[in-house]
Amino acid sequence: MSARPRKRRKKGDVASKLRELGEGAVRQIRAGSNPAVQIPARTLANVKYDRKRSIIELGDQTQTRALFNVGQARKYMQTFLVASACKDLLDAAKTTSIRDLYYITKHTIGGTKQNTFEEQEESDPIIEDLEVTIDSLREEMNLFASNRGAMVGDLTLVDAGDTIDLRRLGSGGWSVPSIVEENVIQFKRCNAKMILLVEKDAVWRRLNEDKFWKKHKAILIHGNGMAPRGVRRLCHRMVKELKLPLYVLVDNDPWGFYIYSVVKQGSINLAYESVRMAVPEARFVGLSSFDPKRFDLSSNVFIRLDETDQKRAKQMLAYPWFERKAWQREMHKMLKEGVKLEIEALSSKGISFISEEYLPRKIRERQYLV
Amino acid sequence: MDVRIRRSTGSPVVLGETDAEMEPVEAPVAGVPMQAAGRGAGGRRKSTRAVSKKRGEKKTRAKPARKRGTKPRRAGKVTTAKRAPAARTAGAGNGSGQGKANGAEPAPATKRAPAKTRRRMSAESMAGRQREISVSEFFTKNRHLLGFDSPARALLTAVKEGVDNSLDAAEEAGILPSVRVELVEIGDDRYRVVVEDNGPGIVKSQVPKVFGKLLYGSKFHRLRQSRGQQGIGISAAGMYGQLTTGKPVVITSKTGKGRSAHHFEIVIDTSRNTPEIIEDHTVKWERDHGTRIEIELEGTYKGGRRSVDEYLEQVAIANPHAEILYQPPKGRAPVHLPRAAEELPPEPTEIKPHPYGVELGALQSLLKETKARTLSSALQQEFSRVSAKVAERIVRTAGLEPRRRPRDLKPAEVESLHRAIPRVKIYAPPPSCVVPIGEHLVRCGLEREIQAEFYACTTRPPSVYRGNPFQVEAGLAYGGALRGFVEEDGSPHSTGRDADAQQGPITLLRMANRVPLQYQQSACATFNATVDTNWRQYGLPQPKGALPQGPMVLLVHVASVWVPFTSESKEAIAHYPEILKEIRLALKECGRKLGGYLRRREHQKREERRRGIFAMYIGELVESLGNLTRVDRSKLQKELSRLAARHTDGDAEAIVAPTRRVRGRRKAAKEEAR
Repeated sequence: MSARPRKRRKKGDVASKLRELGEGAVRQIRAGSNPAVQIPARTLANVKYDRKRSIIELGDQTQTRALFNVGQARKYMQTFLVASACKDLLDAAKTTSIRDLYYITKHTIGGTKQNTFEEQEESDPIIEDLEVTIDSLREEMNLFASNRGAMVGDLTLVDAGDTIDLRRLGSGGWSVPSIVEENVIQFKRCNAKMILLVEKDAVWRRLNEDKFWKKHKAILIHGNGMAPRGVRRLCHRMVKELKLPLYVLVDNDPWGFYIYSVVKQGSINLAYESVRMAVPEARFVGLSSFDPKRFDLSSNVFIRLDETDQKRAKQMLAYPWFERKAWQREMHKMLKEGVKLEIEALSSKGISFISEEYLPRKIRERQYLV
Repeated sequence: MDVRIRRSTGSPVVLGETDAEMEPVEAPVAGVPMQAAGRGAGGRRKSTRAVSKKRGEKKTRAKPARKRGTKPRRAGKVTTAKRAPAARTAGAGNGSGQGKANGAEPAPATKRAPAKTRRRMSAESMAGRQREISVSEFFTKNRHLLGFDSPARALLTAVKEGVDNSLDAAEEAGILPSVRVELVEIGDDRYRVVVEDNGPGIVKSQVPKVFGKLLYGSKFHRLRQSRGQQGIGISAAGMYGQLTTGKPVVITSKTGKGRSAHHFEIVIDTSRNTPEIIEDHTVKWERDHGTRIEIELEGTYKGGRRSVDEYLEQVAIANPHAEILYQPPKGRAPVHLPRAAEELPPEPTEIKPHPYGVELGALQSLLKETKARTLSSALQQEFSRVSAKVAERIVRTAGLEPRRRPRDLKPAEVESLHRAIPRVKIYAPPPSCVVPIGEHLVRCGLEREIQAEFYACTTRPPSVYRGNPFQVEAGLAYGGALRGFVEEDGSPHSTGRDADAQQGPITLLRMANRVPLQYQQSACATFNATVDTNWRQYGLPQPKGALPQGPMVLLVHVASVWVPFTSESKEAIAHYPEILKEIRLALKECGRKLGGYLRRREHQKREERRRGIFAMYIGELVESLGNLTRVDRSKLQKELSRLAARHTDGDAEAIVAPTRRVRGRRKAAKEEAR
């Protein structure tokens, strides 16, 4: 990984960046060369872990996407198709979902039976490519993903002009949109002392029902599995703007650990957005591989690690952002025992064990990893 | 075949005797008509003369049929010579006459037999059954050897023999051949085969012998490239017809303008191998000269592979200078295959045998028969490429005296002479005796019959096997109409290796001295050489140990003064290593040309596909870029199309551009140096 961290955030609004992209292509065509766009490579080889800032950053390797190359022509065309659609969105000052954009840009190519896009899986990476290429976020191009994740807590915020008191949202909570930028969401009043991000919707419901957030002055948020961009961006903003600590509660398995690591320092795929999303201070409260002993959990709640789990764990042992001793111990322990634990396993000690015993004790005794 | 054919002066042909037993001969060497002497009287021993020097590969190791006893009786008019099994052990074994042993009287068979066994037959009584076998009788029984085993094949063979003779005769007379073939169905599985040509015609006195006597011909006794070799073919066809229908062979021949045409009806007396003239009168014929032969025979007409139709097409390919008119039976439309070339192939010259490859026995009889007085001049006279110097060298190497009388040489001395020959360097035989079709004409022939997209032809330089010059040529036609239905659907995927594999194996046209070979493909040297060649490297799929696959016709022609066939029916060329090697080289040359073409075509197809892909996306791109930048869309479209063409029109650029660039760089370097 010879990649140096890229200079971030060039000046200029998104619309002019899109126009500049198009003009660059026209210039290349006029010059008679094979028109191509340089796209920063979103690969493991092109990300760098910045130990000091403890975030994953994109290197400066790029991949070339040329028109006159049989393997790249289609994607080249799609890149400009998406760029053109985004320009229209910006011109009309409307936002739309990436699924919507897929339908906007999908049509049959004249005189053939081929479509510009066959399915959304084809269009989503093109959007990400475009983001890195013109160094703008999709949110800035008025694109959003479907809502995922929910939040409750001692916090009042303004969402698209509506003031929302997160203490009065019943059992469902506030659905976290994918665009949570300053122009959409503003924080108003906050009495919370911490943020608790849990992996699963079910656990979040348990904690909400037990009014954990009320007792412990917390903001409860979940990402329904891997935390989506909206949830991560919102956590980042709350940590930065409200100066709150972020606790993360995930399953005790490689996938849970990885969710934590993505929240903490960003993902490989979206490394270019780490600066705006990563929360290097995020605290991992559990479940730890040492918890069964600590909380005297019976062994019948263990699940055997399967082959893919073990493979993934070994892979993660090599990631530079898991090289700290505590993490190595944590994962070696998991591999040694050969078992994993779901958060729900705590319920074997009582239905509200998690909210009344486990979490308070963990936070009180500062039994977390950073 | 374990049979040896030998001519005995004036008597029916004898089978199964060896050189060792031969008496000195007084008859002249080559070209003597066979009917010279009278019919042999029973029992009298004839001096025989070996012809094995011409047909040396047929050497037998069988012991001579010894005539035991004092007074051999003639067995009269018995059609089948019945012999006791003991006769076989006595060594008179040839393939033919092993009839059922009557086994009536027991007799001790051989010396080895235990003493206690009762005698079944005495030498004397056995001698009574021993008699000569006429070659006609032999082939009546073994007609499969001549290609008359099945009715379908018989029809084809009859046509083939007729056409071969017609072409040979016309060419030798320097006439551009025009051959007319007609098949008339005259009953269930009964056909009349008519072959008519514009050749020089046949002199009246020769007609009965040419068509009514087996092993009578002009081509056997000389080393000269021709279609016919033995003088069996057309008589055998007539014999077959006579055997199956009882009808005589009808011949009409005219030797020149103003002369009268002769009409003959001939039956062959198989026991004596002589013609019997039934009809002989003159008729009027509008042709200036030519020959017409009609044979009625039992046969089956069918289309498709190995049919008369296909055979004649192949004749046309191998003989671009010949015009062929064909009237198929069953009311089918007549076929006219016009000439593709208006020039006769050069006349092949006649040569003597080359010393390399001559066999010991052949050398022995040659030395006995020669008219030359000294050993040195005998070698010079009887062989090609032997000068006085070479002859002396051979004789000296053998440790002999050049002035020796050739017929005085003892067997051991002949042997040392024979061993000396390969140790002396002798020029290869003159190639002028072999006339290939020629690269250009092979192509013309292929183009005339096959609408392909690619043709390649190769004529190898002449080479020698066993002292016989030969020359190999190969031609191939690929794709086009050969591809059949796949091409018609027009999809771009109908070409390439996968499509080729779907076509099945290629069609192999085998030719020997311009005669297409139809049967026994897998026994033929051309087939084996084709299978041994790695066609995959030339872009054709090829299953292991099989013909390559694809829409291709491959022609292999072997021309020689003596094409070594594996049997009398002349269907497969024998596997001489020299011939195999030359065929392989010819195939490789053609294959390389094909490979180059296929690669070029593949490249073009690929570029076309690429162009299609780019063209498809350019429209979309212009829309997007137009929206992003407000550039003139139609102008951009034009610029992009031009770019796309430049980025896909690979071959012209790839070949021209680098040389230009190199020249430019060199120029710049020179200027810098100044």
